[in-house]
Amino acid sequence: MAIRERLSGNEAVAYAIKQINPDVMPAFPITPSTEIPQYVANYIANGEVDTEFIHVESEHSAMSAALGASAAGARTLTATSSCGMALMWEELYVAASDRLPIVLALVNRALTGPININADHSDSMGARDAGWIQIYAESNQEVYDNFLQAFPIAEHKDVRLPIMICQDGFITSHGVENILLTEDEKVKELVGEYCPEHYLLNTKEPMAVGPYAVSNYYMETKRAQRQAMLNAKKVILEVAAKYEALTGRKYGFFESYCMEDAEYAIVIIGSAAGTCKAAINKIRETTGKKVGLVKIRVFRPFPEEELAEALKGMKAIAVMDRSEMFSATSGPLGAEVRAALYSAKSQAELVNYFYGLGGRDITVEDFEQVYERLENIAETHEIPDMYDYIGLRSKGEEK
Amino acid sequence: MQKEEKQMKDTIEIRWHGRGGQGAKTAALLLADVAFKTGKYVQGFPEYGPERMGAPITAYNRISTSPITIHSNIYYPDFVAVVDDSLLEAIDVTHGLKSEGAIVINTQLPKEEVVKHLRGYEGKVVTLDARKISVEALGKYYPNSPMLAAMVAVSGVMEKETFLKEMKASFEHKFAKKPEVIEGNMKALELTFEAIQTD
Repeated sequence: MAIRERLSGNEAVAYAIKQINPDVMPAFPITPSTEIPQYVANYIANGEVDTEFIHVESEHSAMSAALGASAAGARTLTATSSCGMALMWEELYVAASDRLPIVLALVNRALTGPININADHSDSMGARDAGWIQIYAESNQEVYDNFLQAFPIAEHKDVRLPIMICQDGFITSHGVENILLTEDEKVKELVGEYCPEHYLLNTKEPMAVGPYAVSNYYMETKRAQRQAMLNAKKVILEVAAKYEALTGRKYGFFESYCMEDAEYAIVIIGSAAGTCKAAINKIRETTGKKVGLVKIRVFRPFPEEELAEALKGMKAIAVMDRSEMFSATSGPLGAEVRAALYSAKSQAELVNYFYGLGGRDITVEDFEQVYERLENIAETHEIPDMYDYIGLRSKGEEK
Repeated sequence: MQKEEKQMKDTIEIRWHGRGGQGAKTAALLLADVAFKTGKYVQGFPEYGPERMGAPITAYNRISTSPITIHSNIYYPDFVAVVDDSLLEAIDVTHGLKSEGAIVINTQLPKEEVVKHLRGYEGKVVTLDARKISVEALGKYYPNSPMLAAMVAVSGVMEKETFLKEMKASFEHKFAKKPEVIEGNMKALELTFEAIQTD
């Protein structure tokens, strides 16, 4: 039987780490992810895990130490947020091209400018081209379940890519919710022992990791990374199926909520999806309008074809981004979804809304308004602004 | 869809106002904890900004008989707790508070004085001298235990006996090496229930 508990998102990730008992964790504290290494340090001090914790002087060093440990053959992870990940930037790319299955517990927080500690996806979305697998969560339950699936995905011989398991800062990281924990023996069965094929400490196979690649080699390295990403799609589903068999909780590339008969859809990532679900229940109950939601779980690799299929036949779609990318045309999720629909020759009306930047709250009423806007767009075939905001104050409006 | 309708009605939403360091966040998390133990679905979460000791803070609870998916703050609470009465002038503590709900205020002032700051709130107003209770029970001023008990008493989110039993278990776990603190905290809870009843 699963264990009933109530934990914050950070506690849930720390508990998953305890159950996995990885080899090495270099980490440097930053709000709102600080609690994760803090709890792990407690587990180590109490002798509950034998993970080697490396105290480093910055996130640049944290990811550098992770590269070294992972290349040596150790099961390695770290945790960070926002500017902490920005300081890891250089090493993020190295981890991916060196094909090191490092797990990063990322607690999403806005990047500075202006300084802000709250939930926003600008940190991970900025790193979306770094070559890491990215998996996002709506709730504490999901971030826990995703974390348990991280190593089996990353370490799979057809993948061997680093992976970030993302959750929304404070909203889930510091919010206590009910959660079902998976029994230790099932976690062991899922995660197993890490036996890398190639590793630096193998004296029988001397090798170099991360050497200089001249132009004659660089491009093939990138092609190989893409192949790993393609392979990851299959492995992510295989691991999810195994997890479902163990726990009964089902995961895919995304979750479709009330999409069977939907005419209007929202596509969104993270904790706000739960609030959107409450809006859907309310709208369907009171008006019977056919509204639905697609919540993206796996953003890298991006499930283009599957998503286009899920959105087939929609009259209007709102893609909602929790980070800017200043292309002046769309947000990161907006651009991906539009590309997916173009490939599928979809004729659906599509708008891209920004919400929740720097922790701006989004409510059930806000989502109701989005569905109303979609209905108008479908009726009039007119989109007042392709690139709009939810919850943005207008000039002179009270704070 | 009927199931979700039930959820809306069965969910109690609570907002906590306090000052950084007074334990309003801890009280919200403790309430989530104890409600969880009685089989409820719970949320306990703080609203974070550039907080420091003494600055106004807000924390929230949702307690329900069905799973909760909403991740927004609470704007129309059923109940509000004010851990520090100096907030009454600075913050509109009854904002959005349902008139069929109630507000619990920690204060040494007479209720008539406090009500003046509530901007015409029509619902139930409960005052509690958490300082007096805490000093009597613990010898020190920790307002969060009395305020937690007061919120349980006023909201009726669980039975008094169940609450006291669960709190005793969690104090025994938390203060295994300081039994005198367990007794003091339990006394603070009991005194609060008495104070609320005789109010």
